[in-house]
Amino acid sequence: MSAKDLSTIEMLRHNKIDVALHHLGGSGQSQPLLMLHGLGECTVPVVPPWDAWPGPICGLDFVGHGASTVPAGGGYSAEVLMSDVDVALQHIGPATLAGRGLGAYVALLVAGARPDLVRGAVLADGPGLAGGGPGPGNASWFMPGPHDGSAPDPFALHELAHDIRPPDYATGFLHLLMAASSLASPLVVAAKNRPPWLAAVAAEPGIAIASEAEAVALLAQEL
Amino acid sequence: MLLDHPNPYPGARRPDHAWEVDSHGLSIAAYQWGEDSGRPLLLAHGGFDFAGTMDGFAPLLADEGWRVISWDHRGHGDSQHAALYNWEADQRDGMAVLDSVTKDAVPFVGHSKGGGLLLALADVRPDRVTAMANLDGLPSSRTIPDVPDRERRRLMAVELAERLDYRRTAHEGSRKPGTLEALAARRQRMNPRLSSEWLEYLVPIGAAETHDGWRWKLDPTMRFGGFGPHRPEWGLSRLVGVRVPLLGVLGLEEDEMSWGTKPEDVEPWLPAHARFETLEGVGHFVHIEQPRKVADLVLEFLS
Repeated sequence: MSAKDLSTIEMLRHNKIDVALHHLGGSGQSQPLLMLHGLGECTVPVVPPWDAWPGPICGLDFVGHGASTVPAGGGYSAEVLMSDVDVALQHIGPATLAGRGLGAYVALLVAGARPDLVRGAVLADGPGLAGGGPGPGNASWFMPGPHDGSAPDPFALHELAHDIRPPDYATGFLHLLMAASSLASPLVVAAKNRPPWLAAVAAEPGIAIASEAEAVALLAQEL
Repeated sequence: MLLDHPNPYPGARRPDHAWEVDSHGLSIAAYQWGEDSGRPLLLAHGGFDFAGTMDGFAPLLADEGWRVISWDHRGHGDSQHAALYNWEADQRDGMAVLDSVTKDAVPFVGHSKGGGLLLALADVRPDRVTAMANLDGLPSSRTIPDVPDRERRRLMAVELAERLDYRRTAHEGSRKPGTLEALAARRQRMNPRLSSEWLEYLVPIGAAETHDGWRWKLDPTMRFGGFGPHRPEWGLSRLVGVRVPLLGVLGLEEDEMSWGTKPEDVEPWLPAHARFETLEGVGHFVHIEQPRKVADLVLEFLS
């Protein structure tokens, strides 16, 4: 990665929490690339070496992560994180998403729910990619000890590692994206790991498979 | 000390005690009907309700020697509005309330969402439950029949966009104010089988009076309907594994808040030792429509 410093962070209101939008740099008049981190991670304050991207590059810290609010008492779901991203898209306008791990799953949800605001998404490997699997497994009980309120929130680490991701639920979002997107390949799978939800997505017609850098370059050509 | 109520309702009684429980930084309102010397029992209300909706039912259990412990779910009643809501968080809140009274195993009694919630809690903490009574909170795997894929996709797209739009401005929202009677009438649209007198009794408990009228205390960011991958049949899979004595009560009269569950949906999933009672001419709020009958069923079951 190039060693470019973090330029600015904007805090965006999402219900009772604030989510941190990092403006990482990049230039040009094209639409932004919005990066979504993995479970337990946060936005890394440097611009990735994606010279192909012709516009600004941003990153979003999900609730309970990075510089975003750590709320009391847990209650996380991937669907709430989808709303985090939607609030960011409302602020920066249509963007291309690059998600890793948990962020890849959330990118798929947002792309299906807001195909008018998502100009393609890259799904890459990273922490939290599998979630809790395709169906309910053993129930788990989690009661963390005292916590100082810093990120990442232990509740986020637990609950978002256990949220169930049925393959047909994931492909339902994909179908919404494919039906509404004007791009030839609006979704590029860069992940080598393919938990059931992602294997189902990758097997659908019209899905491109590429490395992360190639995927970003591919979607840049669609601008 | 018995909590006050400005408009008594025949048979209804406010809890004898109320206190706050800290559930990982969130303030949860807890209640008790009955004496401290009674046998503890954990009672959970349904979604969009609050513990005060048990004012008719809980005293009937307390009068038979039970120490009935309940709470307002997060975002409901006098519990704190949370930033986030999910099933696991509700389970933790309920366990925090139970822990504030006893570390022992107790019977669980839950209505609607409260029934499902306690079923899930019994699954993760079987060491804390001795018996389970589920009041019209048994899931069904029924789905909307014969909706073409294209139409289903369109409905999903519309719902998703509405949900996200709502979340964008949810922090600016507040519950609509009105007179006490207006709030009761609004609630009656979702509870048409319940009397206006009962609903007017609930308003001073579940709503707060502000400068421009009464407003329900329920977190305005909460909306009806699930939003996520959850499927009702996942609850059925828990049901069959319940080891403790289990009583299921199902109102056969469908109303706005019913889950549409039919006896034949549930029966294959009941453990062999379960007891299952259906109530003719009774809707979703079995414990409010027929408090004496349902309390007797529960009391006899727990005896």
